Amino acid sequence: MSAVIESHDHDHHHGPAKGLTRWLFTTNHKDIGTLYLWFSFLMFLVGGAMAMVIRAELFQPGMQIVQPEFYNQMLTLHGLIMIFGAVMPAFVGLANWLVPMMVGAPDMALPRMNNLSFWILPFAFFVLLSSLFMEGGAPNFGWTFYAPLSTTYAPPSVTFFIFSVHIMGASSIMGAINVIVTIMNMRAPGMTLMKMPLFVWSWLITAYLLIAVMPVLAGAVTMMLMDIHFGTSFFNAAGGGDPVLFQHVFWFFGHPEVYIMILPAFGITSHIISTFSRKPLFGYSSMVWAMASIAILSFVVWAHHMFTVGMPLAAELFFMWATMLIAVPTGVKVFNWVATMFKGSITYETPMLFAIAFVVLFTIGGFSGLMLAITPADFQYHDTYFVVAHFHYVLVPGAIFSIMAAVYYWIPKWTGNMYDERLGRLHFWLSFVSVNVTFFPQHWIGLAGMPRRYPDYALQFADWNMVSTAGAFAFGLSQILFLFIVLKTVRGGKKATSQVWEGAEGLEWTVDSPPAYHTFTTPPKVS
Amino acid sequence: MEYQKYYVPEQSKFPIFAATSMFLLVMGAASTINSLGTESNTGKYILWSGLAAMATTLFFWFKKVIQEHLAGLDSAQLKKSFVFGMAWFIFSEVMFFAAFFGALFYVRSFAVPWLGGEGEKGLANMLWPDFESSWPLMSTPDDGAAYTLPEKNLSFPGFSHLLTWLPLWNTIVLLSSSVTVHFAHLALKAGNKSTFNLWLGVTVLLALTFVGLQAAEYYEAYAHYGLTLNSGIYGSTFFMLTGFHGFHVMLGGFMLAVMLIRSIFYNHFEPEDHFGFEAASWYWHFVDVVWVMLFLFVYIL
Repeated sequence: MSAVIESHDHDHHHGPAKGLTRWLFTTNHKDIGTLYLWFSFLMFLVGGAMAMVIRAELFQPGMQIVQPEFYNQMLTLHGLIMIFGAVMPAFVGLANWLVPMMVGAPDMALPRMNNLSFWILPFAFFVLLSSLFMEGGAPNFGWTFYAPLSTTYAPPSVTFFIFSVHIMGASSIMGAINVIVTIMNMRAPGMTLMKMPLFVWSWLITAYLLIAVMPVLAGAVTMMLMDIHFGTSFFNAAGGGDPVLFQHVFWFFGHPEVYIMILPAFGITSHIISTFSRKPLFGYSSMVWAMASIAILSFVVWAHHMFTVGMPLAAELFFMWATMLIAVPTGVKVFNWVATMFKGSITYETPMLFAIAFVVLFTIGGFSGLMLAITPADFQYHDTYFVVAHFHYVLVPGAIFSIMAAVYYWIPKWTGNMYDERLGRLHFWLSFVSVNVTFFPQHWIGLAGMPRRYPDYALQFADWNMVSTAGAFAFGLSQILFLFIVLKTVRGGKKATSQVWEGAEGLEWTVDSPPAYHTFTTPPKVS
Repeated sequence: MEYQKYYVPEQSKFPIFAATSMFLLVMGAASTINSLGTESNTGKYILWSGLAAMATTLFFWFKKVIQEHLAGLDSAQLKKSFVFGMAWFIFSEVMFFAAFFGALFYVRSFAVPWLGGEGEKGLANMLWPDFESSWPLMSTPDDGAAYTLPEKNLSFPGFSHLLTWLPLWNTIVLLSSSVTVHFAHLALKAGNKSTFNLWLGVTVLLALTFVGLQAAEYYEAYAHYGLTLNSGIYGSTFFMLTGFHGFHVMLGGFMLAVMLIRSIFYNHFEPEDHFGFEAASWYWHFVDVVWVMLFLFVYIL
């Protein structure tokens, strides 16, 4: 469908409504997917700006730019915004765009609730960010908000933080229920579970994790609220509670949460590597089982985040071994990606570059995770920049690279236009180099003993911090290029065919680029 | 089988109203809580307007869904979406309670014994060397310095006091209500509307009775036992678990009451087509199961 035809499409039964209300009242999975993706990009810039404040302060030892109190607020909001505002909504946006088209459904199963899940988010982040202007400042206790920092010693804005987490959770739960019901109930005839595209599988498992752990997070913040304002003593040992209880409840949510942010990335990577290797994915069913195993194991490894808190020896051992077990299904996945590329006719378009970088750099992040899983070693690494390097490796060149890969891979389908390949590759190489310059040196300064979460540091860490800050600003600026490429593609470009990529397979590649406003109003037959 | 079109509403104003109401609700709630003990009423006004807006939006949203259903827009596939949706919602509620049960198990098995000097991390006892662990916890580790200690607890008082023990009657009331709602369901499936209304009415009455008894128990705890939210971890876990359960009973009872009104005044529900009622009854059974767990782990053990 050309842009000319689309602009004459006034038939409201088939095309979108006009004006702003289209976006406010929409029930269309494609519109809502677009809203999620733009919202996520906006939050990525906001959270990124906060990261720039942090890195600017760390450019040199000593206090340079901001007050330590404000530094703490930036640190906290950067984490919360990137996790709940950027990465999670981006994946939900991709699920909205892709899951119905991949399973041959007319839309998400519960379209109005879908709109509600999205529109809660801008309000939730408005509440969270408004705390910056409140008396006592924004939350300053780190994104993990450990008690008693977040209870006894918290600024008054913690109440607003708690309620914003509540409605973010409500949004996530509704979004996840929608995805799960769509996958379970809306598949085209003939699409059995083991014929589902891997992105759909990854989201089925992710949605299950979300429904299982977001309520636990709600429980954790509710206990905080009660401790702060209503005299309970969940996290206060003087009343018989335990601050460590907070960490247990939080990480029971928190560990599955980190897989919520990586499982959809596994799905995306599987699609892209298979397409650009022009080979079917190696080991489809083992991919499914690996993701399911990772999800199940994620419920029994939470205390590896708290080895130094003083747990009984049996617990330290159990959580160490259970954590290491996760390396097995993860290794299966990495093996399968490499085996898919083996003897393939590979071309290196931008999505493939991001996907390969994902495999390599996510594996590095996985290995540092294994190092952290070793309890006695963790006593040295805990709360150092090594941990910061570890989780940024799995989240930035992990989750975020996969999101970028997905955008490059599917944007011709969404807009009907090819992106500028030359600029796409430039964006990739700038991001790839700068992300490593930013985060790789943090491994070294972490192992040398630089603690995380401080605005100042000892002189011996100065050189690598300077390098890291330079990398961070380069990475941040590279994303402006990404914005430019996306806008350019939305506005025009070489027309995309239906299949877009030579090796692409799946139902979404059988419809027009861009697809009609409503696709698959009658389900296709899948053989 | 011929494919029935899956109904996708074109545009809807309900979600954005619901999201805005939710925004007012949380801004109001947070402001109200932060200004507790002051004269400021701004938060309360925002909170109440949020609540009113939310209730109104949900009323019209549900009304619309019911009208669409009566107009025959729902295909069999769409009905299944509601069934799956409700089931996963209940699972999320299960996990919410799991957080509080988890907290209870943790403090009972680990935190309190360690503070009392027992077990592998018993060195925590050096914080308050005079503290001895027990459950229900009648004295906090700081010996009531920052907390008001309870005089009595609500745990199982022994068989001699069984019949005057309120939680037992609560259990009987709630378990019976699960049975009556099932009778109502059977009557509905048999096409017997008046029997359905009767059993559903009995269920709603039992729900009210439960809430009444629970209120009496809370009054008793606050007024005569000295057991409050501020009584240390026993009071904290007791009131949060039973309180959230009580809140869910009210919600479930309200859902059932709405179903009763729909049945009596609007003659909704057919023997083969009554998922609105079924969803409410599932919720009711879930609330009942949570109570059984509460009865076991909060009151008896």
